[in-house]
Amino acid sequence: MKARSMLLQVAVAYLMPLLLIFSIFLLIRGHNEVGGGFVGGLVAAAAFILHAIAESPKATRAHLPLSPDKLIAVGLSIALLSGVLALFQGNPFMTGIWLKQPLPVIGKVGTPFIFDVGVYLVVIGVCLHILLNLAEDER
Amino acid sequence: MNVLLAITAGVLFGGGLFMMLRRSLVRVLIGLLMISNAVNLIIFTAGRLVPARPPLISAGESALQPPYADPVPQALILTAIVISFGVTAFAIVLMQQTYRSLGNADMNEMRSTDTPVEDEEEAAS
Amino acid sequence: MGFMILLLTGFVLTFTAPWIRRRLRKWSLPVFLLYPLAALALLWNISETIQKQSAIAVSLPWVPSLGVNLSLRIDGLGWLFGLLISGIGALVIVYAHGYLHHHPQENRFYGFLFLFMTAMLGVVWSEDIFLLFVFWELTSISSFLLIGLEHPEEKARKAALQALLVTAGGGLALLAGLVGLTLITGSSNLSVMNTLNGKIVQSELYLPVLLLILAGAFTKSAQFPFHFWLPGAMAAPTPVSAYLHSATMVKAGVYLLARLTPALGGTPQWHTLLTLFGLATLLAGAFLALGQTDLKRLLAYTTVASLGTMVFLIGLGDSLAIKSAITLILAHALYKGALFFVAGGIDHSAHTRDLNRLGGLAGTMPFTAFAAVLAGLSMLGLPPALGFISKELVYEAALESASGGNALIALIALSGVTAVGIWVAFLPFWKKPDEQTARGHGEEITLWLPPVLLGLISLGLGLLPGIASKALVQPAVEAVLLKSTPVKLALWHGFTPMLALSGLTLAIGTVLALNRMRFQPAVQTILQTLAPISPERGYERGLTGLKHFAALQTNFLQNGYFRRYLMVTILSGILLVGIVLLQSDSLPWTSFTPPRFYEVILVGVILTGVFSVTRTSSRMVAAALLGMMGFTIALIYLLYSAPDLAMVQFTIETLSVILFVLVIYRLPQFTRTRGGPPAVLDVVVSVAAGVLVTVLVLTLSAVPHDSLVTSFYAENSLKLAQGRNVVNVILVDFRGFDTLGEITVLALAGIGVFALLKLSGKTEAIRTSSQEETK
Repeated sequence: MKARSMLLQVAVAYLMPLLLIFSIFLLIRGHNEVGGGFVGGLVAAAAFILHAIAESPKATRAHLPLSPDKLIAVGLSIALLSGVLALFQGNPFMTGIWLKQPLPVIGKVGTPFIFDVGVYLVVIGVCLHILLNLAEDER
Repeated sequence: MNVLLAITAGVLFGGGLFMMLRRSLVRVLIGLLMISNAVNLIIFTAGRLVPARPPLISAGESALQPPYADPVPQALILTAIVISFGVTAFAIVLMQQTYRSLGNADMNEMRSTDTPVEDEEEAAS
Repeated sequence: MGFMILLLTGFVLTFTAPWIRRRLRKWSLPVFLLYPLAALALLWNISETIQKQSAIAVSLPWVPSLGVNLSLRIDGLGWLFGLLISGIGALVIVYAHGYLHHHPQENRFYGFLFLFMTAMLGVVWSEDIFLLFVFWELTSISSFLLIGLEHPEEKARKAALQALLVTAGGGLALLAGLVGLTLITGSSNLSVMNTLNGKIVQSELYLPVLLLILAGAFTKSAQFPFHFWLPGAMAAPTPVSAYLHSATMVKAGVYLLARLTPALGGTPQWHTLLTLFGLATLLAGAFLALGQTDLKRLLAYTTVASLGTMVFLIGLGDSLAIKSAITLILAHALYKGALFFVAGGIDHSAHTRDLNRLGGLAGTMPFTAFAAVLAGLSMLGLPPALGFISKELVYEAALESASGGNALIALIALSGVTAVGIWVAFLPFWKKPDEQTARGHGEEITLWLPPVLLGLISLGLGLLPGIASKALVQPAVEAVLLKSTPVKLALWHGFTPMLALSGLTLAIGTVLALNRMRFQPAVQTILQTLAPISPERGYERGLTGLKHFAALQTNFLQNGYFRRYLMVTILSGILLVGIVLLQSDSLPWTSFTPPRFYEVILVGVILTGVFSVTRTSSRMVAAALLGMMGFTIALIYLLYSAPDLAMVQFTIETLSVILFVLVIYRLPQFTRTRGGPPAVLDVVVSVAAGVLVTVLVLTLSAVPHDSLVTSFYAENSLKLAQGRNVVNVILVDFRGFDTLGEITVLALAGIGVFALLKLSGKTEAIRTSSQEETK
């Protein structure tokens, strides 16, 4: 990964935001159309990895709002919390709770959606954690 | 088609098993990957093949209208694929570290887990 | 309810007793005594109810779905046993404070002791047979721990293991028997079972259930041929021997037989098996005892003989026999416990338990000698001790039974027991000391008070037989027979055949006792000749055989070669699934539709990929082929209505390729496989597995497909979970809990990779430690 390609760098500069937006799109519409947290997370991870190949793993880490291990932790906590919410209503763990009114752009929001966001974050975190560390492992 | 896919799954499984029986560590890993793909195909085929009817409720309907592809095996396989990626990564790194620390990738040389093998007879008893 | 709390307290004490002992030292004695005294107080409190032939019952739900309850029921039998367990238990605690003083394991001893005491009380008070079983096993475990108290010594470890294997093996049989009994009666409640004798006896399961339960009871109560663990258990400290291995635990088997008499008894099988094994045990115990010179082993073998007598009496089963069995249990617990205490006192004072080296201790140990005389009177069956009454009853029951031989066998065996009684209770104290004799060092109150008390009780009950019969024996007999049975014990019955037999026993016993030096060597020679065919040797052979078998099969199945493990797993899988498939009628070739052109191409790509992968010698080519197969599979998912799967597979394959590229040049080259075993076998096994998978898939797709689960999801995805993508709804809502588990696994894999990369590097220099990763 030492030889960098100018072409790739330029392409990635445009591609990465597009891929990230696409991944969020996949996540949001996942409940009703093809998509979901798993695919969305994988696409986002692929975007970051592409960036890491074009630039360097270090540069990619700098772009990340949270380090991969923290992404895993936050994702798992969100997924768990989305299930715990139902307990406060006196329902069994992970009973779905939905807002009455759909939000603009995102649509209907409920705990299953929040759960999917958790899945999304965990998948990104795990993929990046594995691949970035491997890429940095220069021995 | 299900006959064809059944044969594909069988060949993939058999091929993967053959690879796992090799002495080379890398071949064992590749065999593992092939088998996990084969198992996904087994589940997929056993859950019935329905062309061009994905399990999506179309607008205006309130439930899936038959015929539709069974969503249960699909949900199973979806997570299986993602998890097998995690397992693959783990196996690859495990293998890499093994090779680094042992300097060897021959399965037959890796028979002991906590003491170095010095004597074949001793290890066998 | 008090009883329930008592048992719970016992378990708490199990864990806190060592700590209490360390903290309070000498003052722990009164604290510890509180527990058995509380038990005695509780029992005293309900004595009126027990006298009126009713019982106390408490029940709490435990596993309600299986109908198993924490139910206790204390009736006459449980009451009598409860008195013995807590009364003798209190004395054992006193005794142990003197005997185990400065013993390295002293503190933990009390923990084990409370565990045992609680478990034993649980056994005799349980109303639910599964609860009883749990307590039963706990007594086995605590017995193991107590025998192994001197664990630095190999003998103690061996004896502990032997006792555990024999009694726990019997426990397994017992569990099977109890399950069978529950199947027959539909209840696990003892009182219910005891009313269903007719149903149980007529069931075809009766004989197996009976045999299994007898196996449990016989191993626990050291019946021939399982008797050998009991003398071995003498490796335990004397307080343990006195408590577990003579007065209480070994009577658990007898208790169980008595308890189940109404349910299982009254049949020829019951009668024959119990009397046969009982008499065999009585004879074997008495004969083996005559060959011993160690005080504790002498006592152990006579205990075996007494246990045999009890089983024999329960086998006879009429009200006279039960009456005499209960009296014997009571009398035996009192005198045998006392004699063990005495033997321990002698050991403590003279530092030997060898008959040949003991004598003349009456001078230095007057109180112990007094206790020995009291207990000895009872063991010899001399009036006015309780043992006399009990021996009269045994003879009466044996004489009344159909076969006259019973009384003869009893006479022979009990004469032997009498001789041993003389040796143990009188010889060490009154024999003239000679140059071999060890000197005694006086005695301590904690060591002589318990046996004196037991001896006095034994004497008192003999002098006041009215109390013994009315208060203690009658309620227990009635609880066994489930009918009103007046019991009247008396010292003097007039000149009866029983009195003559008693006298004869005493005479023969005395002659034997006085001529010990003459015939004991002969007995020992016989025993040595018989040793190769003894049950103990059989047990040892079985154990060695088992170890050899385990080593053989481990070397065969788990020889350290990865391929062997894989081969064994796959071959057994092929075998099992293959058998099932062959048994099904026809192979399903029904739903065959001619494939379309592009489908054939996709499949062709995968098949080519598989063949090339197995042949290539390049890592890069293999990785590329894998990716190719993965993308083709994604296309198949897309064709057959699984767009979600296709997308996931596409992205995963992309990431996998990147993963391979990152690592591939750090991976080893494919090593040559030459020199290994021929690949023919591998090919055969692989092809067989592949064919099996194909047939399996075809069979699966021929099975009618009506999944309630699927139609539920299809119906309710939008209604209940507000989602149109059913796959996603299943993942995040219907089966969200599973997904939570799956992403946790994923997270763990990620953390694992990180750990492998970062942490193992530090130990790389040390080869052996990082070899652990090769697992």
